[in-house]
Amino acid sequence: MFKIDKRLFKNFDWITFSVIVLLSIIGIITIYSATRPPLGTGAHPDFYLKQILWLLISVAALFVVVTFDYAWLQRFSYLLYSIGLVLLVVVLIAGKTSMGAQRWISLGPLAFQPSEFFRVLFIVGFSSYLAGIGKNLDYKISLRSLFIFAIIPLALVVKQPDLGTAILLMSLFVTLIIAKGVSRKIVALVLIIGLISIPFVGHIFWEGLKDYQKSRLIAFMDPEVDPAGIGYHINQSKISIGSGGVFGKGYLKGTQGPLRFLPEKHTDFIFSVFAEEWGFVGSILLLGIYLILFLRGLDTATRAKDEFGRLLAVGITAMFFVYFLVNIGMTLGMMPVVGVPLPFFSYGGTSLLSNFIAAGILISVRTRRFELFYP
Amino acid sequence: MLQKKIRISSLIIVGIFLILCFRLWQLQILDDHKYKALSEENRLRIVKTPAPRGIIYDRNMTPLVKNIPFFSVSIIYDNRRQLDTDALSLLLGMKKQDIEEKLHRKDNSPFVPIKLKQGLSFEEIARIESRRSDFLGLFVETDVGREYLFGKVGAHLIGYLGKVTQSQLNSNGLRNLPPDALIGQWGVEAVFDSELRGIPGEKIIEVDALGRELRMIQERKPVIGKDINLSIDINIHKAVEDAFRGKAGALVAIKPGTGEILALESLPSFDPNIFPRGITYNEWKSLMEDKKKPMLNRALQSQYPPGSTFKVITAVAGLEEGVIKPDTKVTCTGGINYGKWTFGCWKKGGHGTVDLHRAIVESCDVYFYEVGKRLGIDRIHKYATLLGLGRETGIDLAKEKNGLIPNTEWKKEKKGLAWYLGDTFISSIGQGYVSATPIQMAIVMSTITSGGHKYKPTLIKGDSELLETVSLKKETIEFMKEALSGVVNKPNGTAQRAKSSLVVIGGKTGTSQVVGGKKKGAVAERFMDHAWFLAFAPVDNPEIALSVFVEHGGGGGAVASPIAKRAIEAYFLSKRQNLADRGDAVRGTVDTSKKEQKIIVH
Repeated sequence: MFKIDKRLFKNFDWITFSVIVLLSIIGIITIYSATRPPLGTGAHPDFYLKQILWLLISVAALFVVVTFDYAWLQRFSYLLYSIGLVLLVVVLIAGKTSMGAQRWISLGPLAFQPSEFFRVLFIVGFSSYLAGIGKNLDYKISLRSLFIFAIIPLALVVKQPDLGTAILLMSLFVTLIIAKGVSRKIVALVLIIGLISIPFVGHIFWEGLKDYQKSRLIAFMDPEVDPAGIGYHINQSKISIGSGGVFGKGYLKGTQGPLRFLPEKHTDFIFSVFAEEWGFVGSILLLGIYLILFLRGLDTATRAKDEFGRLLAVGITAMFFVYFLVNIGMTLGMMPVVGVPLPFFSYGGTSLLSNFIAAGILISVRTRRFELFYP
Repeated sequence: MLQKKIRISSLIIVGIFLILCFRLWQLQILDDHKYKALSEENRLRIVKTPAPRGIIYDRNMTPLVKNIPFFSVSIIYDNRRQLDTDALSLLLGMKKQDIEEKLHRKDNSPFVPIKLKQGLSFEEIARIESRRSDFLGLFVETDVGREYLFGKVGAHLIGYLGKVTQSQLNSNGLRNLPPDALIGQWGVEAVFDSELRGIPGEKIIEVDALGRELRMIQERKPVIGKDINLSIDINIHKAVEDAFRGKAGALVAIKPGTGEILALESLPSFDPNIFPRGITYNEWKSLMEDKKKPMLNRALQSQYPPGSTFKVITAVAGLEEGVIKPDTKVTCTGGINYGKWTFGCWKKGGHGTVDLHRAIVESCDVYFYEVGKRLGIDRIHKYATLLGLGRETGIDLAKEKNGLIPNTEWKKEKKGLAWYLGDTFISSIGQGYVSATPIQMAIVMSTITSGGHKYKPTLIKGDSELLETVSLKKETIEFMKEALSGVVNKPNGTAQRAKSSLVVIGGKTGTSQVVGGKKKGAVAERFMDHAWFLAFAPVDNPEIALSVFVEHGGGGGAVASPIAKRAIEAYFLSKRQNLADRGDAVRGTVDTSKKEQKIIVH
């Protein structure tokens, strides 16, 4: 039933696969540099080793996903989406608090962040739902989908609070609806409702934020308010990147990360460490590699054999892109500090695994792009 | 339809990609230098290492000060927001508001750690070190503090260190000092501050974000300040402090052949040790409001009529001008009449017929009225000025007063009145408009006993600067020495209490009348006269000349002369001690005589 077809290899999307593996390897190299002890003496924290292990697991997981026809996902999509919602509820009840937010569930020695998987399950669930509708969205369906796929998950995620995932879910919701096709009237209506509700939602949203999230937003507006306080992250990140210059300080020559001026140096601010050591040239090349990933993902969407595959490809590409944009924008001081990892690059096992699974689905869509591949 | 959407999406993505590239260009190429500098600033910290200050010694190489480690606790500027001030106030034993106030002062510099508490005890240091990991960026700094080994003794002369003031920081030469540097603020510490201070070293250190020192990048060692060898003898100061018995006043002792200050004590004094460790407002206020004015340097700043000690000048002027001879006789009947006024002698019954020698020994006022009458005020003024009165002596210490020697011109200009003979009478015996400071009177004594060589008073051992030589006849000087010796050693002298079995002392008493409130019987202290005494020793070859001034001391002979005796004895005892102690003392004597020869040639 799951025997591996030769054509699976022939049509395998090696480009996407190579790009994400390359990004992960550069990521591990950078994690190694970011976490090295300040004077080159003393024990080197084993973050990079853990990440190598997670990469091996993730690659294996990717191949498992690719061997499945993504059509299976559609068959179990509601079940999967429900499981995702249940996980979010569980994390609220039994979650472990870290850095002021409940995002983690402990399973023995392992701790994982359900929202990392939920975003993939969300794409699967919503794509399947939209694909099941033959025509463009009407008001009734729009409202129903708004409730099931926007309000419920958002409420659960904001409660944690996980600002990054909330932004992602909103972006994915809008992206997928537009990809599915909506009448201009509905787009206009959503926009009007959105505009009117901004003050109310904004107020509720602001009140729901933790103090550190509020101060990050203030700091983004004016990082010079207090260089050592709330604007510290942004300033130190800009210093790291800017001091790299054209060709960078050289690998293992950066000072901002190892001397701990840069916070979250191996997770959210990993790009700053990379840019400090590899400079403008290295940074542009890295962004270029990401560009290949996004354009390839969109191309996959145009070639998918069915609407479900097309929506999956759009959703997954959008997910990578939103995370990329929020993360890089934050390190460059163009966006507020929102704790979002750089896909494939930042340290973090759950994130890497779920991104590889998502990429696996993307590759699966492309690999099975010819009609009647499996009769 | 879908193709079109995808194409638009691709364009949006490429557009955002270009925006990010532009932003990278901005940060990494356009503002590259700014961020490179910021990252270095992040990483490197310049730490000043204080230079040990030069030690101040007295003429016998007794150290008068000591450098002591002085600990303070500071916080790195960048870490001031993350502090748990409640816990910190418990740890440091300070009020929370005080800590907050220091943390958020407007003039805090981001590159200088904020000092929270200075002058820590060892227990406090141990407590802070053990809890340091709980407070990011907290550390104990070591500065060089100063201990004044003799406390109050000699405090006006030695001075003290204090925190540099804002206006001092703005002046030339002090611009590079850290804002909490200690510099000399008074006395020798202030006068020779630039020599004593040395040059602080600098360490460039790599630090991490917690302010922990990781490694030294570069170091410049501090240059130790120069030691200073003062001309004073601390033993004289100690003896004087004791001899004053809590009275206010001053003593200035000078080496006649060189102008070296052997002692300069002003009492009451203050404890200089409270200044370097950071004087509190209350301590400062109580010093300032103290009725006895301990911060006033009476040796330089008290100007009072010198009383009968001035007769030394009148006598010298009379002899030099030839208006009197040693055997000139005047009959004292207890006073003389001039117009409707009577100018009395202190001895109501009168001295009878006296010559100059007896007039000096018994301090006969009438004799000197006559000398003054023969001289006229302008010739008295000339000699008083030549011998060192009426103008600054030029000592390096700050805020010296001029004193006043009147003449006809002065009275016309300032008072708009003609000079009367009566003014001359009272000026001849050092009353009326005449006033002088203790150091000026010491210079007068020193100049006369050294044969007319007037030196600038100097604080450094071995230094001497001859200001001028007053041409005085040898006979005048010899006569004066003998007469002044009589004041102390003759049975009818006014200063027999200064007679010493150790060395032959000469001197002259004086009483500065306090006007008003004179009543019969017991006199309240604030209406008591000021006592003066000039002295020198040994009479045949003077090595020390001094003046003593005791505020509200009463008669000069009774109160001031025993203090002079103690000071002179202390000097000779200390000298004898050092001759016995040191093998190299002989060489020192030879050196001094050479210097003296050179000066005379000069």
